[in-house]
Amino acid sequence: MAAHEILAATNAVVTLDVALPGIVWPWLVTVNMWAKSIGTGVIFMLFLLLRKHPEAAGSLRFPTTVVSIIFIHIFLLFTLADLHQPFKMWHIFFYPHLTSAITVGAWMATAFVGLLFLLAFLSFIKKDNAAFDKTLTWVVILAIPVTLYTAGLMSQCTARELWQMPTESAQMIFAALLSGSAAMILLGGSKLDYEAKKTLGVVLGLSAMMSFILYMSEYVFGPMKAEEVAAVLEYIKGDGPYTVMFWLGQWIAYLLPMLLIVLSRTSKSENILKLAAILALAGLWLVKHVWLIIPQLLPMS
Amino acid sequence: MQLGFLVDLHLCMGCKGCEIACKVENEVPLSTWRLRVKYVDVGSFPETRRTFTPLRCNHCENAPCEKICPVSALHYLENGIVNIDKERCIGCAGCVMACPYGAIYIDPQTQTADKCTYCAHRIASSMMPACVVACPVQANIFGDLDDPTSNISKYIQHNQGNVQVRKPEKGTNPHHYYVGGGNVTLNPLASHRVDGHQLFNKITTLPVGGHH
Ligand code: SF4
Ligand code: SF4
Repeated sequence: MAAHEILAATNAVVTLDVALPGIVWPWLVTVNMWAKSIGTGVIFMLFLLLRKHPEAAGSLRFPTTVVSIIFIHIFLLFTLADLHQPFKMWHIFFYPHLTSAITVGAWMATAFVGLLFLLAFLSFIKKDNAAFDKTLTWVVILAIPVTLYTAGLMSQCTARELWQMPTESAQMIFAALLSGSAAMILLGGSKLDYEAKKTLGVVLGLSAMMSFILYMSEYVFGPMKAEEVAAVLEYIKGDGPYTVMFWLGQWIAYLLPMLLIVLSRTSKSENILKLAAILALAGLWLVKHVWLIIPQLLPMS
Repeated sequence: MQLGFLVDLHLCMGCKGCEIACKVENEVPLSTWRLRVKYVDVGSFPETRRTFTPLRCNHCENAPCEKICPVSALHYLENGIVNIDKERCIGCAGCVMACPYGAIYIDPQTQTADKCTYCAHRIASSMMPACVVACPVQANIFGDLDDPTSNISKYIQHNQGNVQVRKPEKGTNPHHYYVGGGNVTLNPLASHRVDGHQLFNKITTLPVGGHH
């Protein structure tokens, strides 16, 4: 707990209270965020590759769409699993409350899934690349708010001071770029040439760097603005319960991949790039989980 | 009409009568609470004091729980009460995450969100909330904030300068006031919570009612 002069002055101790609620949004929500990052991230990367390396990326239209469909469904499945009343999910469509990021997100994610199936149809059944690429532009545009809405949802949690919209939305986009580029490096296999993979490596490295800078900025400067943020960040400082997981996440998701990408460029090694991609994907889960859990440890009343 | 609550902390003696009355009236399941009285001990021996703070939903004017609810299960009544429709609720727990006062819980029996409704069902029959009736020292004052002649409005006027709300910085504009409150009673970060050192129990946290 952060040092409050108040405590020293008054020596105030809670001596009788009800038990506080435990974790409200558990690891299921972490999987939700992680899978959605991959689901939209690969779409961003396909769009980028089709512009920068059209020859190499041409054959990835259908496989990328399938990967996106799989991960968006993992995201939807875990969203549903997290509900205490999953069979009432349909209420979101019949009694929508449009001030809620959950409602807006659910509607957008549904439209996104529809468009992904259209992409699959265009690439696999109709084999119409021109129509695919035209539709892809709209899918990419929709993928941006689908990526961002979880940041909006976190920011609507007035109780959790740590989650602010500007930082969380940047983190969501960087997470999508990081996991999307990592997934494409692994998915590309022999279809993508080294130049295309190098481009993906640059995206991975830069998004890792930006995310790391944001987390470190919050870590160092967050406590200077708000008492609650200071108290929450104590859980990842010193011998706090999430200190080890936080730093493991930062190293595995960001620092090691950055180093490995530099190394892969100097040694022209695809295997090192693949290792960076695997670490980034695994580390992202840890990073997201810590950031999800720590504000929930703070007593609200 | 804008119904509101005021608790005079000078009067509250921590008997928990309101807490029990609420439990019984609303059949609040074990391990969950709509209203509770928190004890915080202040000072060092022999200069010590025990404070008592009843805590319930604030029926915020700008309620984050209402805003985040995807299906409008949480909604405003015309009298200003923030009410909940348990049939509508999908149990996303967004409201539990949004409320800065920890006022909402997931009912382990119905698997839906629930909270203090200022006893909306009693108000509809022109009765006072159960906690108001149970309080032996009339520390709970309930009434219409829009009516300058109501008890609560008069109490606020009389105690101007010593009326507080919880976490005003959150911009929720609570319709629940305290007289004689302070940092120790109203700010949860201003006191230590020591694991296993409560008066009558050793449980600091409980799993959220439900399937997680
Ligand atoms: S105190 Fe919490 S539950 Fe009550 S109206 Fe305000 S935000 Fe909603
Ligand atoms: S748990 Fe129920 S009341 Fe709370 S935000 Fe979700 S749907 Fe609304």
